[in-house]
Amino acid sequence: MTEGKDEKKYTTISIPTPLAEKIKKRIEGTGFTSLSSYVTYVLREVISGMDEEPEEAFSKEDEEKVKERLRALGYLD
Amino acid sequence: MPRPHGGKLIDRHIKKELSDIEEFPVLEVSTNLAEDIENIADGVFSPLTGFLCKNDLENVLNEKRLVDDTPWTIPILLDFDRKEFKNINEGDTILLENKETGLLSTLNIEEIYTINKKALAKSVYGTTDMSHPGVANVYNTKSHIVGGDISLVKSKPRIFDEYNLSPKETRFLFREKGWKEIVAFQTRNPPHIGHEYVQKTALTFVDGIFINPIIGKKKKGDFKDEVILASYNTLMKYYYLKERAVMSILRTSMKYAGPREAIHHAIMRKNFGCTHFIVGRDHAGVGNYYGPYDAHDIFSQFPDLGIIPVFFRSFSRCTKCGGVVNDKICPHDPKYHINFSGKKIREILRNGQIPPEDMMRKEVAETILKFDNPFVE
Repeated sequence: MTEGKDEKKYTTISIPTPLAEKIKKRIEGTGFTSLSSYVTYVLREVISGMDEEPEEAFSKEDEEKVKERLRALGYLD
Repeated sequence: MPRPHGGKLIDRHIKKELSDIEEFPVLEVSTNLAEDIENIADGVFSPLTGFLCKNDLENVLNEKRLVDDTPWTIPILLDFDRKEFKNINEGDTILLENKETGLLSTLNIEEIYTINKKALAKSVYGTTDMSHPGVANVYNTKSHIVGGDISLVKSKPRIFDEYNLSPKETRFLFREKGWKEIVAFQTRNPPHIGHEYVQKTALTFVDGIFINPIIGKKKKGDFKDEVILASYNTLMKYYYLKERAVMSILRTSMKYAGPREAIHHAIMRKNFGCTHFIVGRDHAGVGNYYGPYDAHDIFSQFPDLGIIPVFFRSFSRCTKCGGVVNDKICPHDPKYHINFSGKKIREILRNGQIPPEDMMRKEVAETILKFDNPFVE
C-alpha cells in the first residue's frame, strides 16, 4: 500500500495534552503500541451498536412465509 | 438479539423475472463459490453485498476490517481465468452459474484486478507453506479477481435443505421462542461427551443454543454430513430440552485460517442472531500453524464485533473428579485425565463397536453405527 493511500485512511483529532499523557502512561506495558491505537480501540467500543439503523421489521407476507416454512420443517409448533 | 453485522441484514435475492438474462456472458463457478454467493444473498455474510473489490481486500488483509471499518477477516473473492474469459470488463453484468447447485446469479462487475498470492496467504493464514490447505487454495487461485455486487436469481433444492435456515429465519425463530441470548456452537463432527459438556455449560447462562454444523466438502476419513446431522438429532432428542436447542446447517467451506477464521465464524453466527459464540482450542486450525489459543486472543482486537466469544480451553474426563473438567477447574494430576480423542472414538466406531459411555452417548453411537459406512471414502 502506498503512503498516499495511508494518509487518506487516517485523520487527526485533538485531545487535551494532560489526557494524552495519562493515556500514554496507562498503556505502558499493555498490547497497545500507541496513543492512537488505544483511542481507536476505545472509540470503536463506544460507538459499536450506537450508529446502526434499527433492524427492519418483517413485512406481513415475509413473516407468514417464514412462519410457514419453520412450521413445515418442525422448528415451530 | 444483536443487529446484523454492519447494521443491516443483506438480502440479495432477485424477486422479479429478469428479461435480458440470456444476453449476459456466463461464468461457471465452483460449488464453494456458489455457496459464498448464497451466503451473501441470504445475509450470512452481511454486510457484504458481493465479492470484495481491491480496496476492501487490502483493508481486510492489513487491518482485518472493511474500508468502512467494519470488522472482517476473511477475503471473499471471485477468481477467473482471463485467458478463458477475455471479453468481460468493469461496468459489465455477467451471470454466475453452478450446475451442481443449480445456482444462477448476476454479478455487476465493479473492478477486475490481480492479487499478490504470497502476501495474501501470509496475511490470512500466517504462512506461505503450500502444505497448508488454505495456502494451497490461494496458490491455485486463477489469474484475475472480480469484485462487485451479486443478485441471486435462483438455486435448486439441495440435500439437507430441511436443515438449512437463513439468518432471516433463525432470527424469526429465536424471537418466536422468546430467546434473547443465544449461544452458537460450530461443529464438523458427531457429538462426544466433551462437546455436550461445552454446549451445556454455555447454555446454562443463556436462553438457547444454536448448533450449527458446517456441511460440505470433507476429507477422507471424516464423518459424512448425514451422520453428523443424525447424531445431533439423537443427542437433542434424548439429552436436550426441545425448547432450548435448535440445529441448522451452514454451507460454507473451511479455510483453516485459525484466528482470522474464528472471527469470521463469529460474524456469521451474529448474522444468524446469536449473541455468543463458542470458541474452542485451536479453532479452525490445522497442523501446527497456530498456537492453541491464538483464536481466543484475536478477539481482543475487536471491541466492536457485536458478539461475545465464549472461550473453552481443552477439556477431559477426570477420574478423580468423576466428570468432565478443564484446566481451570480441576486440581488433579494429568495422569487422572482421559482426553476426548476424536481419533480414538473414530477407531472404535470404525470397528463397529460402541465407545465407552464416558466418551460418547450410547444412543449417539448406535445412530452412527446404523450407517453402512459413516465415513467419507
